[in-house]
Amino acid sequence: MTTVTAINADEGAGLYALAHLDALESEAVHIFREVAGEFERPVILFSGGKDSIVMLHLALKAFAPAAVPFSLLHVDTGHNFPEVIAYRDATVARYGLRLHVASVQEFIDDGRLRERPDGTRNPLQTVPLLDAIEKNRFDAVFGGGRRDEEKARAKERVFSLRDEFGGWDPRRQRPELWQLYNGRHSPGEHVRVFPLSNWTELDVWQYIAREKIDLPQIYYAHEREVFRRGGMWLAPGEWGGPKDGETVERRMVRYRTVGDMSCTGAVESEAVAIEQVIDEIAASRLTERGATRADDKLSEAAMEDRKREGYF
Amino acid sequence: MTSNLTSEEQAAAAAVERSAATSQLRFATAGSVDDGKSTLVGRLLHDSKSVLADQLEAVEHASRSRGQEAPDLALLTDGLRAEREQGITIDVAYRYFATPKRRFILADTPGHVQYTRNMVTGASTAELAVVLVDARNGVVEQTRRHAAVAALLRVPHVVLAVNKMDLVDYAEPVFAAIAEEFTTYAASLGVPEITAIPISALAGDNVVTASANMDWYGGPTVLEHLETVPVGTDPSQDPARFPVQYVIRPQTAEHPDYRGYAGQIASGVLRVGDAVTVLPSGRTSAITGIDALGTMVDVAWAPQSVTLTLADDLDISRGDLLAPSDHAPETTRDVEATVCHLHDRPLRVGDRVLLKHTTRTVKAIIKDIPSRLTLADLSHHPAPGELAANEIGRVVLRTSEPLALDAYDASRRTGSFLLIDPADGTTLTAGMAGDSFAAPAKGAEAARDDEGWDF
Repeated sequence: MTTVTAINADEGAGLYALAHLDALESEAVHIFREVAGEFERPVILFSGGKDSIVMLHLALKAFAPAAVPFSLLHVDTGHNFPEVIAYRDATVARYGLRLHVASVQEFIDDGRLRERPDGTRNPLQTVPLLDAIEKNRFDAVFGGGRRDEEKARAKERVFSLRDEFGGWDPRRQRPELWQLYNGRHSPGEHVRVFPLSNWTELDVWQYIAREKIDLPQIYYAHEREVFRRGGMWLAPGEWGGPKDGETVERRMVRYRTVGDMSCTGAVESEAVAIEQVIDEIAASRLTERGATRADDKLSEAAMEDRKREGYF
Repeated sequence: MTSNLTSEEQAAAAAVERSAATSQLRFATAGSVDDGKSTLVGRLLHDSKSVLADQLEAVEHASRSRGQEAPDLALLTDGLRAEREQGITIDVAYRYFATPKRRFILADTPGHVQYTRNMVTGASTAELAVVLVDARNGVVEQTRRHAAVAALLRVPHVVLAVNKMDLVDYAEPVFAAIAEEFTTYAASLGVPEITAIPISALAGDNVVTASANMDWYGGPTVLEHLETVPVGTDPSQDPARFPVQYVIRPQTAEHPDYRGYAGQIASGVLRVGDAVTVLPSGRTSAITGIDALGTMVDVAWAPQSVTLTLADDLDISRGDLLAPSDHAPETTRDVEATVCHLHDRPLRVGDRVLLKHTTRTVKAIIKDIPSRLTLADLSHHPAPGELAANEIGRVVLRTSEPLALDAYDASRRTGSFLLIDPADGTTLTAGMAGDSFAAPAKGAEAARDDEGWDF
C-alpha cells in the first residue's frame, strides 16, 4: 500500500548496505570488466596522477589473479614533474605492464605542432593522443575524468563515443540507462570510458587512504621552489619559467592535480600525510581545478571546447 | 614514530573510516521549465555548502558579463555553451554533494516535454525522484507525466515538492489539496512511497532549513528526507542473479587451473555452497568460492562486483546468467515489454535490432507494437505502427537466442534492456520487460472480445 510517510531513521543501513566507497568501487570494476568483455584493443590513459593511479588499482582488482588485460598510454607533454615520470616507470615495471608514450615534444620537433606563445602545452596533447589512438587502433580509451571536476564534464557519459576525429558532440550523446553501457562503434571511432565518473575528489582520496595506495610524493606537502604567475604557484623549469620580474622562492606546497608543469599550480599546505590531505580537501573552499589549473580559466567553455576537439 | 603520532594517526584513520562508511543516494529531479527546478537544485547545493568559492565566483563573473545584477544560479548547473546561450537545460547532468550523513548523486534532468527520454535516463538509476509542482498551478499534465515516468521506471521513493508556497501565503489547504490529488494519482500507478513537502526554493523554506512560515507542517525538509530515506532494498528478499561479465583465466604457474567468473551481482545474495543453474544452457553446479575484489568471503550481495568459482568445469562465458537452481528465471525468445523510444529515428514493426540485456547482446526483430501510451492521461493508442522519439509504448520482440529475463517490476537490473541499431550502434530504445500500466489491461481486452460484435 502507498503511504505518505516521513522517515526519521536510516533503516536501510543494515547488514546488506554497501558503504559508498564500496558502491563506487563495485561500479568502476563493473565498467572495467564490461570494456574487457566487449572491446578488442582497450588502453588506460596513465599520467602518474592520482586519478589514473586509482584507475589502475581498480583494474588490478577487477582481473586478479590474472593480469590487467590492457596496456597503458601516457601523453607526455615534455613538461612533466620528474617525480611523476619516475613513479610512472616504476609502476609499469612493478606490474609488468606495457606502456605507450605519445610525445608532444616529438610533434613539436618534427613540425606537426607549434609551441604556443604562453608556453602551455596542455592543449597540445590532443594531437599526439589522437595520433596514438589511430596508430594503435585503440577502440576503448579509459580516462580518469570525473564529473565533479568541471561543468562540461558533468555532462559526460561513462561510455562516450568519439567520432573518427576524436570529437565529442554533447548534443548527440547516447542516453545511458541503468548499468547497460553501449560500446558499439564503427571502424575509426572509439569510445572514451570514465570508470570514475561518479567519484568526487574526496572519494578518490578516501579510497587511496583505505586501499593504502602509494602516490608520487608531490601530492603531499614538501618544501619546493615555486614562483607566482597568474595567481598560481608554478614550479620553475625548462618549460619557460620564471620570466623577468618573477622570483623563485621556497614554500611548503603540495599538488591537488598533476599535469603539465606550465599550467598546474601548487597549493600551500602543511598536509604531509594522507589524513591531513583529506581534512584539507574536506575543508577547502576551492575546487580542484579552480585551485590549480590555469588552462580552465582561459574561457567559460574552455573544457567543453577542448573536449569537442578530442581532449580528455 | 612516536606513540603520540600513532594515536593521532589512528584517530585520523578512524575519521576516514567513518566518512567512508556513509551511504550514497542516487536521485533525480523532474519539473517543468518554470517550476523552479534550477532554483531548488541551486538552493540544495548552496545551502548544503556544496558550491565552492571559485564556482560561485565564476557564476558571478558570467552573470555580470551578461548584464545580470544578481548571480544566476542556473549557470552553476548549465554546463554546455548552448545551454547557457539559450538559458535552458538540454541534457542530463550529474552533480555530487555530501552532508555528514550521506553522499548524493543527483541526475539533474531537463523538464521539457520533448525530453521525456532524459527523465527516463535519470530515473533508471535513481532510488528517489523529486517531482516539482508550482503551488499556484497544482497538479498539471506535466506533473502526471513525471509521476508516470517515475512509476514506470519503478523509482522506489517519490518526493512531491510543492514549490512557491510563498506565493500562496504558505496556506496549508493549498498544499493539502495538491498532496492529496498527487498521492491518489501516483498510488494508482503503483508508486510505493510518496512524501509531500511544501517548499519555497527561492526563499529557502523547507529545502535545507525548516520553514518558520509553515508551522502547520511537521515533516522533514527536502534535505532531511534525502538524508534519511532508506537506500537500497533488502537483497535477501530477491532471488540472486549473476550475469557473467568476463571469465578470468590467469593460466600462470601460480594459478594453472584457475577459472573465475567475474560479474556484478544484479540482485539477491550469493553464498558459498549455493546450487546454481547456468542460463540459458540449464547446466548446474555449486559455488565453491567468492572473491570480493581481493577478500575471500562466504556471502556477497547486490550490487557487489565479485568473482565466483564453481565446483564443475562448465562451458560458461560472457552473457550467461547464474541463478539459484531453485529460483532460476524462465528463458524465452518472445519478449513483451514497455519501452521508451529514445532516438529521432522511429522504431517500427519489422525493424531488426540488437537487444542488450545484462551482459548479453542478441539479435531481435520487432514483431508488433500493440499500443502507445499517452503519458498525460494514461490512455492507450492501439497499433500505432511506430514509436517516435520520447514515446512510450508496448512492443513484442522475437530474439535470436533465449534470454533469462525477469519482469522489470521484480528486478530493475535483470528486467531492463536496450535496443541498439546494428548498423551504427546507436542506442534506440529503453525496454522494461513484463507487464506495466503502459499495457492495455488484459481484462479489458477479454471483456471487449466477450462483447463480440455489439459495437
